[in-house]
Amino acid sequence: MTAVSSTGSTLGALQRSRRSHLAWLSVVLSVLACACLLSVSLGTRDVGWADIFAGVTGSTETIAQAVVVVRVPRTVLAVLAGAALGLAGAVMQGVTRNPLADPGILGVNAGAAMAVVIGIAWFGMETLDAFLWTAILGAGLAACFVYAIGSLGRGGATPLKLALAGAATAIASSSFTIAIILPRNDIAGGVRSWQIGGIGGASFDAILPCLPFLVAGLILCLLSARGLNLLALGDDAAAGLGAHVAWARGGAALGAVLLCGATTAICGPIGFVGLVVPHVCRLLVGADHRWLLPFSALTGAILLIGADVIGRIIARPSEMDVGIVTAFIGAPVFIWIVRKRRVRDL
Amino acid sequence: MSSVAHTETAAWIVALRVARRKARLRLIAIMLGLVVTGVGLTLVTGPSMTTPSELLRILAGYDVPGASFSVRELRLPRAVLSIIAGMSFGLGGVIFQTLLRNPLASPDIIGISAGASAAAVFAIVVLGWDGSAVSILAVIAGMAVALLIYLLAWRDGVAGARLILVGIGLSAMLDSMIAYVLSRAPAWTMQDALRWLTGSVNGATLAEALPVLLSLTIFGGLLLARRDNLEAMRLGDDTAAALGVPLAREKLLAVMAAVGLIAVATAVSGPIAFVAFLSGPIAKRITGPGRSPLIAAALVGALLVLLGDYTGQHLLAGRYPVGVVTGALGAPYLIFLIIRSHRSGREA
Amino acid sequence: MTTLNVEALEAGYGSRTILTDLDLAVPSGAITAIVGANACGKSTLLRCLARLLRPTAGQVVLDGRSVRHIPTRDLARRLGLLPQSPIAPDGMTVADLVSYGRHPHQGMLSRWTQHDDRAVAAALEATRTADIADREVDQLSGGQRQRVWIAMALAQETDILLLDEPTTFLDIAHQVEILDLLVDLNQSRGTTIVMVLHDLNLAARYADHLVAIRCGRLHTAGSPESVLTERTVKEVFGVSCRVIPDPTSGKPMMLPLGRHRAGAGLSTEDTTS
Repeated sequence: MTAVSSTGSTLGALQRSRRSHLAWLSVVLSVLACACLLSVSLGTRDVGWADIFAGVTGSTETIAQAVVVVRVPRTVLAVLAGAALGLAGAVMQGVTRNPLADPGILGVNAGAAMAVVIGIAWFGMETLDAFLWTAILGAGLAACFVYAIGSLGRGGATPLKLALAGAATAIASSSFTIAIILPRNDIAGGVRSWQIGGIGGASFDAILPCLPFLVAGLILCLLSARGLNLLALGDDAAAGLGAHVAWARGGAALGAVLLCGATTAICGPIGFVGLVVPHVCRLLVGADHRWLLPFSALTGAILLIGADVIGRIIARPSEMDVGIVTAFIGAPVFIWIVRKRRVRDL
Repeated sequence: MSSVAHTETAAWIVALRVARRKARLRLIAIMLGLVVTGVGLTLVTGPSMTTPSELLRILAGYDVPGASFSVRELRLPRAVLSIIAGMSFGLGGVIFQTLLRNPLASPDIIGISAGASAAAVFAIVVLGWDGSAVSILAVIAGMAVALLIYLLAWRDGVAGARLILVGIGLSAMLDSMIAYVLSRAPAWTMQDALRWLTGSVNGATLAEALPVLLSLTIFGGLLLARRDNLEAMRLGDDTAAALGVPLAREKLLAVMAAVGLIAVATAVSGPIAFVAFLSGPIAKRITGPGRSPLIAAALVGALLVLLGDYTGQHLLAGRYPVGVVTGALGAPYLIFLIIRSHRSGREA
Repeated sequence: MTTLNVEALEAGYGSRTILTDLDLAVPSGAITAIVGANACGKSTLLRCLARLLRPTAGQVVLDGRSVRHIPTRDLARRLGLLPQSPIAPDGMTVADLVSYGRHPHQGMLSRWTQHDDRAVAAALEATRTADIADREVDQLSGGQRQRVWIAMALAQETDILLLDEPTTFLDIAHQVEILDLLVDLNQSRGTTIVMVLHDLNLAARYADHLVAIRCGRLHTAGSPESVLTERTVKEVFGVSCRVIPDPTSGKPMMLPLGRHRAGAGLSTEDTTS
């Protein structure tokens, strides 16, 4: 009899947690909407509601409306890039079972940036399509390389090993990036745009070619949620529960690489979004990847828009690149995560 | 347990030690020779080569038309700064690695150099300072970052792994601060930017080198005088305390001296990438096991900067500052170190 | 003969108090083993004895003087410590490591003397590590490594040697070897030995004096026969047991009683009496 009633109360608890997740979902969605509005209205020149509405519908009669027309693609890019990086971070943390995994810290973004720079400097690439494929290739190679190094030896891929392997790869890639660009004054954007990510010059023309990659990455990542839940129990236990470990891991990682590569190709390397977001979301909805992944995407979008708006406000009349703002938001979170863990888990 | 047996064992131990000391002295002599060779190379190489006999005459004070200026005003300060900055980085790095018992805990990986560099770039670009004021601010910032890392990594004691990770996080933040300040600079050139991002000895002057020399003498001397205590601290805090080392005082002294070395050198040459990280392990590989190689690490640091600068200036197609060369050299080594330390099953 | 006493000791980490009101006289020239359940304060007590931890109240007295007032080097010449998991730097040879034991005997100016060499040699021989003196410490087996660390503490030439669980991570053969070695030292040099031990039966067999700690307080101290009783074990470790004389040494020996498997030959009266 006690067994029945306790099962009943457990069921109740499960339903309650589901309801609370849905409540959080609506909160996150409305925050995202507000952030988008702020992003369109705030900046060097603040814009009123009427102009926003007119600008969004395509009118460019006043300066304010013209500003809105420029800010809309920028906001769209921030949403897409933020969602992609947040999702990629959550997937990477799941695949590596490592709380410090992040496309920036693991050197994946730096690898993608280096690949693009090599493509421009040595192979004369010019089209955005070519950038995209090269960036994804670079991201994939960097991810495999870092994971391979980090998981060598006893204990598998511990946070410390992965972080160090990522730091080393990031430093190596940016050294090579500098070495490649330095003698070439002709390379557009110079060193800076490939060292720090930004979303300043966004346009729909640049965003459009990325969409197929982003969508493919998104689908792959969301499909792997169940597999990631099993992987969280450890490879052996996951296999025991019937997961195909190599496929689950490979599919999820491919999705994350697509997302990072495509984002880096348009924005340059932006760090720490993928690190911060999943941790916040875990506090909201727990460790179930079926909830965690969509939440990470939404929260990532919020974070990147927020960082972009902050960068516009604090450095008025000019702007601070979003990659700098995310580093300032993200590094303290990184340190907080490190502090929270016991030493032998690092 | 007869005393005869003791004497025999004792004699054997003495023989082991004497043989090792001889080998070590020989190695240090060889390294000194290499440093002199590196200086010679730096002094004679330029758009037009200076012959050794001309070089000797210039150094002796004679005027050689067409060569005196570039040797005395350009190449000599460059060589001098390379040596003393390299020694400062090498010695400062090996002290950190020894104290924290981890080759990865070098000041350039855990953010001390980034802190000093951020302060220096802030002082120069935003405040418009120069000279020793920049050095002093860099030292203060280096100490502050060291303290911050220590406090943030503290939780019932400081564990190496946590300290390194906290340092990586902090240096990511400091690096983007450097990038931001540089992007705000009115007339920032690529060369200026690279100095503060990866380090360079371009445009060195003897006046700039003076504070570095001073800090190397003071802090380096202090560290060498206390090397016995440093040695004992390699065995862990508990053992060192049991061996009679006043831990708190000795650690504080050693860290402050090492931060001073790193920060003053960084304020002049920028955080020359990975020299602090590479010197200790290379010196150890050369000198073999035993005492931690302080002098050898300083010499290796000088060699790295000298040869890295020479490579970047004269051997590669573009003219690269020394930091790009040492950065490209250091990253593979860092990866190698991660792989190797895990092969042997030890914690990184 | 050096004396070591603990008076009204109170100590802990941060705001957490571990030891309260603890008095203890360590018998000189004898082997003392500190026993107790996990996290009862055994290691904390040892750390206080070695002055690695500053007591919040009370004091540790060495030869009539509080250890807090003894200069660090001076203390290290009289009291040696082997921590639980000491660290050997990469590539360090056995002879190097043992030489560190001479650190407290060297000043800023004094040079390495023949006496230092002889002390190192004697320590190597006493621990039977002289033949591996040129090997690297991290390539030794666990038992050899522990002997080398003991050699380092011996080279320190102290009257008192403190050891924190010197036998953890060792198999039974090496445990016995290390404990035998400690008895050798105690007998040949008259060194006072204080160690934390996990294994009650080994503690009872090898120690002259047992100290049982329960929840940060001294529970019982005395000869193994007076400390290792069914009642003390029940109170200190919370486990029922039988204590019988060790057929090889005559010292007491305890057999734990769980809920299963051990009850066949015993009635309830046996276990509760």
